Order: sequence, then C-alpha cells, then structure tokens
Amino acid sequence: MARYSITINGKKQNVNVAEDMPLLWVLRDELGLTGTKFGCGRGLCGTCTIHLDGEPTRACMTSVEYVDGSEITTIEGLSTDLSHPLQQAWIAEEVPQCGYCQSGQIMTAAALLEKNSDPSDEDINTAMKMNLCRCGTYQRIRKAIHRAAKEI
Amino acid sequence: MPESSVSRRDFLKVSSTAGVGLMIGVFLPAKERLVAAGLAPSQPFEPNAFLAIHPDNSVVITVAKSEMGQHVRTSLPMILGDELEADWSQITVLQADANEQKYGNQGTGGSGSIRESFTILRKTGAAAKEVLIKAGAKKWGVTIEECIATKGKIIHLPTKRQFTFGELAEMASSYSLSTNPKLKDPEDFNFIGKSMPGKDTPSRANGKAQFGIDIRIPDMLYATVIHCPTFGGKAKSFNSNSAKGIPGVTDIFAIEEGVAIVGNNTWSVIQGQRALDIEWDHGDFANWDSNRIKSFMEKKGGSGKAVIARKEGDVTTAHKKAASVFEVQYEVPFTHHATMEPMNCVAHVGNGKCEIWVPTQVPQRVQTKAAEHLGIPLEQVKVHVTLLGGGFGRRLFADYVTDALEISQKIGKPVKMLWTREEDMAHDFFRPTSIHKLSAALTKKNQAKSWSHRIIAPSISAQRSPQKFTKGELDKSAVSGARNLPYEIPNLHIDYIMTNTKVPVGWWRAVYNSQNGFANEGFVDELAHLADEDPYHFRVKLLKNSPRHLGVLNVAAEKSGWGTKLGKGRGRGIAVHESFGSWAAHVAEVTVKSDGSFTVDRIVGAIDCGLPVHPDGIRMQMESGIVYGLTSTLKGEITIKKGAVEQSNFHDFELLRIDESPEMEIHIVASDEPPSGAGEPGLPPVAPSVANAIFDATGKRIRKLPIRPEDLRA
Ligand code: FES
Ligand code: FES
Repeated sequence: MARYSITINGKKQNVNVAEDMPLLWVLRDELGLTGTKFGCGRGLCGTCTIHLDGEPTRACMTSVEYVDGSEITTIEGLSTDLSHPLQQAWIAEEVPQCGYCQSGQIMTAAALLEKNSDPSDEDINTAMKMNLCRCGTYQRIRKAIHRAAKEI
Repeated sequence: MPESSVSRRDFLKVSSTAGVGLMIGVFLPAKERLVAAGLAPSQPFEPNAFLAIHPDNSVVITVAKSEMGQHVRTSLPMILGDELEADWSQITVLQADANEQKYGNQGTGGSGSIRESFTILRKTGAAAKEVLIKAGAKKWGVTIEECIATKGKIIHLPTKRQFTFGELAEMASSYSLSTNPKLKDPEDFNFIGKSMPGKDTPSRANGKAQFGIDIRIPDMLYATVIHCPTFGGKAKSFNSNSAKGIPGVTDIFAIEEGVAIVGNNTWSVIQGQRALDIEWDHGDFANWDSNRIKSFMEKKGGSGKAVIARKEGDVTTAHKKAASVFEVQYEVPFTHHATMEPMNCVAHVGNGKCEIWVPTQVPQRVQTKAAEHLGIPLEQVKVHVTLLGGGFGRRLFADYVTDALEISQKIGKPVKMLWTREEDMAHDFFRPTSIHKLSAALTKKNQAKSWSHRIIAPSISAQRSPQKFTKGELDKSAVSGARNLPYEIPNLHIDYIMTNTKVPVGWWRAVYNSQNGFANEGFVDELAHLADEDPYHFRVKLLKNSPRHLGVLNVAAEKSGWGTKLGKGRGRGIAVHESFGSWAAHVAEVTVKSDGSFTVDRIVGAIDCGLPVHPDGIRMQMESGIVYGLTSTLKGEITIKKGAVEQSNFHDFELLRIDESPEMEIHIVASDEPPSGAGEPGLPPVAPSVANAIFDATGKRIRKLPIRPEDLRA
C-alpha cells in the first residue's frame, strides 16, 4: 500500500492503495467514479478508456503508481452538463443502446477530435477500432463523430 | 377479483380481447389499494401499477421490462404517454422491482416487450386520461365533451381554461377507472410511430447510467469467484496461502459452484483469484472436446430416432420418383453472448431478508431463486433491476445471483460479486451448436419437389427440464424457424434429433432461428441456383401466399438495387426469415479478394414488425442484430477442449469492430398489424445473406459458420 496523488477531472485526489492497482479500480472502487467501465481487464475492449495527460489510455492496464502526479480526465469530467460536442452528437444520433461501452467510445472519440478536428471515416476506424461495442452501435458512432466535428 | 389472482396471462388475454368483466381485474386491485389507503392529498394518483401522476405534474411511468439497450424505457412510456396525452418532457421512468402480483411477468426476452405490453399500456393511459378530463370538467362545472387532454393539460375548449394533470391528479383519483376506455385513432398518435428522444440517452453519454456493476451500498465488500472450468467439475481442495497474503483480500471460501474471494476492492479479489491454487475434480466431461461433440452429434444424427416436427405430402415417394436427390449439410458452432458488462450481482443477505441489485432479464426468477436458496419467504426478497450492459438472452439465467447470495450470507455483509471476463467467457449458456441435414428431390429440370431438414442439436429446454422430454416429445423451440418453413414445396419432412452434452446451452439472440434460418436460407439459395433461377425471384415464386415475407423481401431487393451489376470480386446475397412474429430480409454485399479475405460492405435490411411504435428504436435493433449476427458469421466461435471452453477473453473470442461494420440501411415496412418486436428478427437473415453473397461473388457455397478466409481461397 502507498499514497498517491492524482488530479482527476481537475480535482486533486489522494488515495492509499496497492502499488499495482490499476487506475480503473482506483476510479471505480476508491473514488466512486463508476462512469469508467470494466469490460475485459486486459486492454482488449476499450470500455475503460480515460485520458491520461490528454492521451486516450486503458485504465485497466495503467497502474496507479504510473499515474502518480498525472492529470486524468474521465467521462465524468468531459463536461459537467453534457455540453461536449460529442455528448450532444451522441444524443442527437441516439448512439447508445445498452450504453455500457459508450463512456469508452466517447473518451476515445474525444481524444481523436483533439488531434484531428475533421476526421475521415478511415481516421475514425483507426482511432476507434479497439473500442468494442457488443450492441453494434458503430454506424451511429461514426455519424456522431462527424456531426461533432462539424460543431467544433 | 383479488389482486393475487390476476396472472399475467389473464392480464394479457383480457387486454387483447377487451372482455369488460375481466378488465376490472386489471385495474381494480390498484384502485382498491388506493381507496384502502385513504389517499391523503400528497399521495399520487395511481390508476394501476404502470402510472403515477403527482401533484407536481410529473408523470412517472413504471417500466416492468428490463432495459438492455432495446430502449423499452423509451418505447413503453411512449405507448402509455400517447394515450394519456402527456407531454414527453414531464414523463420520467421508474424501473420496477420484481413483483409478479403488481406487474405480471417481467421476463424480458423473445422480442416481446412491446408485443406483450402494447394494449395494456394504451388502456392504462386512456383510462387515466378519462378521469383527468372528468376531474377538470367537474371543477369547471362543464361537460366532459367540452374538454380535451393535450400535452399534459386538460383544456376547456370554449373558454380555453386549463389545468395541468398535476392539478387534477388528486381529484381524478377519486373516480373509478373505465375498464374499457376509448383508445385513440392511430391517426392521432403523438408519440407512437415517431422517434422520441431516448429517456436514458443522456445518462448513457455522461457515465451516469447505473449498471449492476456500478451499485455501491454502505459497508459493501467486493468479491469474485472461480468455478471449475470443466463443465460438471468441482473444486476438490484449494490452497489459499498466497492469495490470503494479497493486501485487501479478507476471506476465501468454498461455495457450491467453486471458490469465492472476498476483499476491500475489486483489484484485490481479482489478484486473489489469480493467486489461488485449486485442485479440481474435472469429472467425466474432461475427455470431451469439440471433435468428440461433433462426432457424437453426427453419429446420433445418423442413427438416432428423430422426432417429427412437420410432415406434409410424402417425401419418401418424392425421393423415389426424383431424377436426382440433392443433399447437403450445414453446420453452426457454439457461440457466446459476451455482454460487455460481465455477470455481476450485489446482494445483502441477513436477518431472514435479502436485498438484491442485479442486471437481469428475469427479476422474478431471481426473486424465486433467492427465496428458495435462502429458505425465506418470497416477500422477504427485494430485487432491484439495474440497467443491463447487454442481455441478448444471457441474463435470462440467474446462475450468477446464487454466487452473490452465498457470499453475502457467509460474510454477513452486503457484497458486490463480479465475474472477471475470463470467468464470464468460461461460463455462459452457449448458443447451441447444430448440424442440419437438408435434402430435396429434384426433377430433370432441377425443380425441387421435396424439402427435408433434419436438425441435430442440443436442446435448451431438455437440458433445463429433462422430465418434459422422456417420451420423445418435440422440443418446439429447437425447430423454430425450420418447422415453419414458408416455401411452398409439395413434400416436406422436418425432424429433430436431440444431442445434449454437459456444455450448458441457452437462449442466445433469436435462439434456434439463428441456426435454422442459416440452413433454410442457404439451402433455398442452392435450390434456386440448381434451377438456374435468380435467388430473389425464386423465393418470390415460392412465397406467393406469404405476403409479409414478400413485403420485406421486395423492399430489401428493391432498395439494395437487386439485379444491378457489381464489380469484379463483388457479390450480393439475399435472405428472408420470420421470427418472434416479425419478418426481416437482408441483402448483403461483399467483396472477396483472391486470397480469400473478404469484407461485408453493405447490408440493406427490411423489417415488418407490425405497427412501428418506435421507428428509430426498430432501426437500432436491426443495426444491432446485423452487427451481432455478423460477429457470429465471421468470428465468435466457442470451442471445447478437455471439457472446457478454449476461449478466455476478447483476443480469442473476437467481436466485430467498427472498421468491419458494414454500411447499413434499414427500411421499416409500414403495417397496421399489431406491433411485434425487433430485437431478434433482424439476426437470422444475416449469416445466410452474407454466405449467399459470397457464393454470388465466388461460386463457393458456404455451409459452415463462421466463414473463414481460408475457406474462400481461390
Ligand atoms: S477493461 Fe480495459 S480495455 Fe477492457
Ligand atoms: S452500447 Fe451496448 S456495448 Fe456498446
């Protein structure tokens, strides 16, 4: 066990947890930020995607030790009022079905739009391909990203 | 009629036949309860279990079906709210706890939510509207004919005076409800047939949606379990020394189905699970693998006694008279539900009571199971239904609930029990593997004069209730989609041979329609080819008396540009299938390269699910059925080795990804027929439309799933 200090959604948080605990469980179990989901625990599905110093990162594969002192953004911090263009686009296109994968999808898409404000279908495929959606919302995800890109 | 005697069957029978005497049974219980309660002014007006209108003008609609992505928490309120003339923004949704007496059967499956609830929800809304109008008229001292309900208000037309629903709720509650209220003319629907904004969409876009895995209650501990990987095996002994040393692990003990690891957080218990050293008694299934299962099925299928599912004309004579007999075999593997949210359950057992929070499709099965398991009365078990991170039939099983109950009981504290993905992968109730032997008697001109279909597959029903199948009874579910073959061919013989093993099988999206639809629609395509006819026109010819099949088939063909030329290496395939009272057809377009690699470029789908209640929801379900169906067409095979599942996570059980997801175009065939469902019907035609497209592109007939590039190499 050790103490760590992480900035999450702009707020400094101190936690006392095992060194190897992945950020995913720090967020979910220790801090109650349950918007970030567990899907595979092996970096294979993308449901746990968060931003680590702006980069889309798998929270299940990132130990707390590694993120000490870093800045983390989770779905809860993307906006506090659903105002992020992607969230608006997600609502307009009715993207979510069960919704379980959607925090991860939105966080990955947000990182994409940060770098590329007008992504092609190809760009979207490349960026989003590691985010699985069992409900099959892919076509709407693509449309929503294009829609959000127009708003930015 | 006392509330307890209103079974769901009565409920639905009554609602669809509108028998006035019995209708009282539907509404009366809640009414009686209200009267008995004396109704203080602050108390909401509850015409029945589905609706509450509060003095603050909020309309709370209780949804008794589970929300797993099919948007029932939007479509069901649309139905009730439309008849009520509510304003969409004033409607909030409440998820019903398990309660058979109040809600009837809450089981969510078989694409049945809208089909089962449509009439009763309409009547509930309409009856409530009537008493609100009555209350308004009374307050103004006018006749009800002069008043209307619109957008959450009652308006006195001549004077334009108005009351909100909330202002009238208390007074309205003193009237008795009509058992046969006047329903709206479909022309006047405000919500039904429109795509209303999803009630849960915002919370699914900001991480606030609460799935089972997100539940947190005071004093809760965390747990995970490990079950014997081999089906039918159990733990002999285990050494927990190293696992106990992991920080945060508080307890490790045997449970009925394996070993439980309890601790202060999820990570500790996952670590503990990995560190456990367990000696398994693998049991006798350990020497089974996929090959052995296949040869067992082949052998039984060849020699075993088949149960006849449908017989018309005389296939034997047709075969004798035939110029030739065409015979082929189709094969489908086991596959997995793989919901994105792994199985989990929060339970608090103690003091002769139990409270459960669980993503489930069967709240009442959970309740009964818990009561039986703990030996306590049903009323002492409270089951809260969370959102489900996918269901697809997996959460019709309550196996994972027992794990949580045992753990909470043992530690005397609430617990969140979560399966790892590996555990989830190993312990599904798999879509049954199947073999289909098909044959047709052909004339000299290769016209089919008979159709035989033998289905060889494990039976879900018999695995669950073997006592129902001791005398050679037919498992009707196993032949669904095969028995009701729509094609007009003079001699038919469809039968079934049951081949159960210890591999647990279950209701996977579209159930046996996924396998039988693949076999049917592949074989009919083969017959078209043999007859040298266009596969679409060939089907049309044999479906003369099946207007709803034709409806979707024609739309899919027309919208896809059927008959137009495609470039080199490209192909188009068609398939149509009816399931769960809905009709769906797809035209798939593929591109196949010479190395066998191929892409599914586009799927044009058409569905007829009766009156389309929530069109965008229907499109979503069709898109979802296509992607889900494509996963099992192209990947997603579960194989067995040493009596256990070989796959363990998404690296070896792959799901379709965004770059593999085809362009999809969905058409809803307009209909005035009663609404049916859309969750499953879009799936069965996926695999055959793709296989048929590959045949069109390459001349290679696909009779086995999943389709692999190596099967297509030039
Ligand atoms: S849970 Fe992290 S990638 Fe799947
Ligand atoms: S919306 Fe259900 S997994 Fe993506």
